[in-house]
Amino acid sequence: MAWHKSAKASLRNYALEQFYFHQRMRFAGLIILFALLILIARFFYLQIGKYDYYHTQAENNRVALVPIVPNRGNIYDRNGQIIAQNYFVYTLELVPGRIENLNETIQRLSELMPIRDKDLKNFKKLRAQTHNFESVPIRTHLTETEAALFAVNQYRFPGVSIKSRLFRFYPHGKMASHLIGYVGRINQADQKALEQMEISSNYKGSDHIGKAGIEQFYETILHGQTGFQQVEINADGQAERVLSVTPPKSGNNLILSIDMNMQQIAENAFGNRRGALVAIEPKTGEVLAYVSMPTYDPNLFINGIDADIWKQLNESLDKPLINRPIRGIYPPGSTFKPFVALAGMNEKKRLPPFSIADPGFYNLAGSAHQYRDWKPGGHGMVDMQKAITVSCDTFFYGLALDLGIEKLTSYVRHFGFGERSGLDMVGEMRGLLPTPEWKTQRYKQKWFAGETIIVGIGQGYTLVTPMQLAQAVSILANNGIAMRPHLLKTVEMPDHQKRYDIPQTQMDQVPMDSEAIDIVHKGMIDVTKPGGTAASVGAGAPYEIAAKTGTAQVVGIKQGAKYNAAALDERHRDHALFIAFAPANDPKIAVAVIVENGGHGGSAAGPIARQVMDYYLLGKINKVVTGGETNARENQEQPHD
Amino acid sequence: MINRLKYYLMRHIDTYLMTFILFICFVGLFVIYSASGQNLSKVMGQFTNMMVALSLMWCVANVPPNILERIAVPFFLLSLLLLVAVALFGEISHGARRWLHLGLVRIQPSELMKLAAPMMLAWYFAQREEGLRRRDYLIAFILLFIPVVLVMKQPDLGTSLIIFAAGFYVIFLAGLSSRLMIFAAVLVGILAPIFWSMLHDYQRRRIEILLDPYQDPLGAGYHTIQASIALGSGGLFGKGWLNGTQSQLDFLPERTTDFIFAVFGEEFGLVGNLLLLTIFAILIFRSYIIASRAHNVFCRLLAGSISLTFFTYVFINIGMVSGILPVVGVPLPFISYGGTSLVTVLLGFGILMSIQSHKALVPSS
Repeated sequence: MAWHKSAKASLRNYALEQFYFHQRMRFAGLIILFALLILIARFFYLQIGKYDYYHTQAENNRVALVPIVPNRGNIYDRNGQIIAQNYFVYTLELVPGRIENLNETIQRLSELMPIRDKDLKNFKKLRAQTHNFESVPIRTHLTETEAALFAVNQYRFPGVSIKSRLFRFYPHGKMASHLIGYVGRINQADQKALEQMEISSNYKGSDHIGKAGIEQFYETILHGQTGFQQVEINADGQAERVLSVTPPKSGNNLILSIDMNMQQIAENAFGNRRGALVAIEPKTGEVLAYVSMPTYDPNLFINGIDADIWKQLNESLDKPLINRPIRGIYPPGSTFKPFVALAGMNEKKRLPPFSIADPGFYNLAGSAHQYRDWKPGGHGMVDMQKAITVSCDTFFYGLALDLGIEKLTSYVRHFGFGERSGLDMVGEMRGLLPTPEWKTQRYKQKWFAGETIIVGIGQGYTLVTPMQLAQAVSILANNGIAMRPHLLKTVEMPDHQKRYDIPQTQMDQVPMDSEAIDIVHKGMIDVTKPGGTAASVGAGAPYEIAAKTGTAQVVGIKQGAKYNAAALDERHRDHALFIAFAPANDPKIAVAVIVENGGHGGSAAGPIARQVMDYYLLGKINKVVTGGETNARENQEQPHD
Repeated sequence: MINRLKYYLMRHIDTYLMTFILFICFVGLFVIYSASGQNLSKVMGQFTNMMVALSLMWCVANVPPNILERIAVPFFLLSLLLLVAVALFGEISHGARRWLHLGLVRIQPSELMKLAAPMMLAWYFAQREEGLRRRDYLIAFILLFIPVVLVMKQPDLGTSLIIFAAGFYVIFLAGLSSRLMIFAAVLVGILAPIFWSMLHDYQRRRIEILLDPYQDPLGAGYHTIQASIALGSGGLFGKGWLNGTQSQLDFLPERTTDFIFAVFGEEFGLVGNLLLLTIFAILIFRSYIIASRAHNVFCRLLAGSISLTFFTYVFINIGMVSGILPVVGVPLPFISYGGTSLVTVLLGFGILMSIQSHKALVPSS
């Protein structure tokens, strides 16, 4: 056969080639014959051998594959309080392939019970996505009367039946809405995403998917495995007998690290004010409370939110739909100082017994600009510890300049500023730690020394999320050990009766001397003692609180002008910030609070943190009411001016 | 006068091929009427496709093979250029980039390649004045792999498979060493796992589902299961034209195109299947005779490749519908709805007719 070798470099032997051509054609012919025989054998197998089997499947055609939707996993808080659950509802469903005249049938059904335009729209949408012989709901939440009325008239409606389907329910209503998130109807974008992940067949029959919060982040764990049933249906579209069942596997239950009692205390403490609170257990990274104010009712979203309510939520100046702990970005203000202090001492700057005589302002050499301290006239002699306690701006202006922007930012980055915390929640923002390179890229301008100075007191370009702030305090409380923050504590597999605890993982160890951290802790403890900026927060507490207040400017104030809260529009008032951990000697809880336009951190944000800590450490619900609380929550129902 | 016209019209048309092609086209129209849910406009559409494709076939049949040989290279280069253009500016539909807008018409250059590739290779082998060497086969393979890879990237596994087959048949018939082929087969066996990892997820899934369609009866296995039910329930004589429940009640997906054989098999049963297969076999057999009687290397290789490629179409499509091959997008010639593949197949037959009919006119070399 290998004629071409012998023919090397010789003229072609056409006769021989033709001979081989015919040989090859004969060989290919044999293969063709063989292949045709395989096909014929396959026909015999399918059409004669397995005829009976396929005949039953097709002839009835009524052998339909019906997906069985798995129960979505429940969500609980750390104490076993249920946060998200399912309940059964009666639905009225049609099998389009079994109905002669769909429009006429719907017309007759609407004489029995109201079928609104919205129901029809949903029905059409679902019908377009399903096979002709799958059951499609046209009405949900049937009342007992409606169900009974239809049952009596069922004989008039071949292809229509009453089913019960599972629906999601959030028993706490508006509480913790940003944390839990919600499920909503699967839309085209969701469908596409499911197809891309190759899991769309697991969503046959599922109408809902997690769209926000925990429901979104843990969608795949919560959903479960869809089962299916081979059912023989009679000509009226009703199941006659089940041929085989592959049962669904329920989704996993989630147990969160959240404490809903604490969540409630915190949300109540906010009243009608806007802001965020995150509480973390420093040793484990478990998030205990995750507050974003104002909230909304996630139940509204489940079956498609009403357009008017959506508009109201979306356009409200209070921005209730923003997930503030991870998507709200604020200047950290003075809450940034403890971290700047550690950065300084880590670079061997301002170590004791260094102190300054504070005149109440700071002058940058060669500039007429005065960087003012918040306290006119200054704080007198100030060392590092006192600088934290009294929140001395002058002290930190000088320290920041001395450190330089690069060293400052690269150190505080260890605390998670400028980075995503890695919380199990979709859409976290990074905030911003400004550097000269960043400024060149963003504004095509060089960095000025004055900009370093104001970073020292957490102003300027610096932006943080409440989550970052809470994580940073948690690391501070934990002597520099950074634990990964997480909301999920345990996964419970209902089908296996097994539990899986999410491991606590350490992410980083911030470099720091024990003396340095000691000074910062002491300075922060004194903040809640008489003479500190949040003395009232610590008053009467049977445990020591380490804290730092902060105020973040919303509008700039001119040189020489005075900040007058009363004269400013409410929305132009400063944001109030407060970070704390307690007990100071053995921290069990770290908290960060931001009250938007709240004014001063100690008085506006501090009491909220105190209530949360009291609950956690003393088990006591502090009844300090922060201004017309009950009225406030009702007012929220009204659209904002 | 009439006779003269008939002579000019028919002198390059092969009677055997023409008879069976017309018959099978006729059958195809009936199947489409049933598969489309008795949609007469779809039948008319396909009828128009057939008329256009048959006219093109007639034109090609009238072109002498030596002209085909002369245009082989420019035709190949043009097709290649268009393929590259598709990769760059092609229109995306259903996740693949296959179509090219050229002003008024929208073309699928990968279809042209099904003919251009074997023509190019046949030309190449015919050109060689000295005996064929290993290097020649290597060059032929490289020429072939460029379009195959381009089409596979679109991604269009079915078409790239056909192009590869068409080119490979030329190389095979030109006398590729059988020892080399055995060696390659062994090599493929070893490299298969690597190839597996290069496949698109959806392609991989299709092969997995082929092995066990019930893994995913509502998703990727749905096509295969429903097609098997359709064929199997057809039984010996079938349920009768327009009476296939699987087809008429929406259970069969893509039932006017790639899965149309399931409609045929359900409504005409085993007897119908065997009859259809016989007609296909006759067409293949006649192509075989034309190939073996061809008078020069170019014609021989091209005709041989066309006949084997035609068989490949039939085998892959019916194999996939009856569940012994993975679901790759290959239509059933003459029966599946759609003009593009019909044109390609009939152009192939046009070439065969040209080779057969011009033999007497051109003195053998």
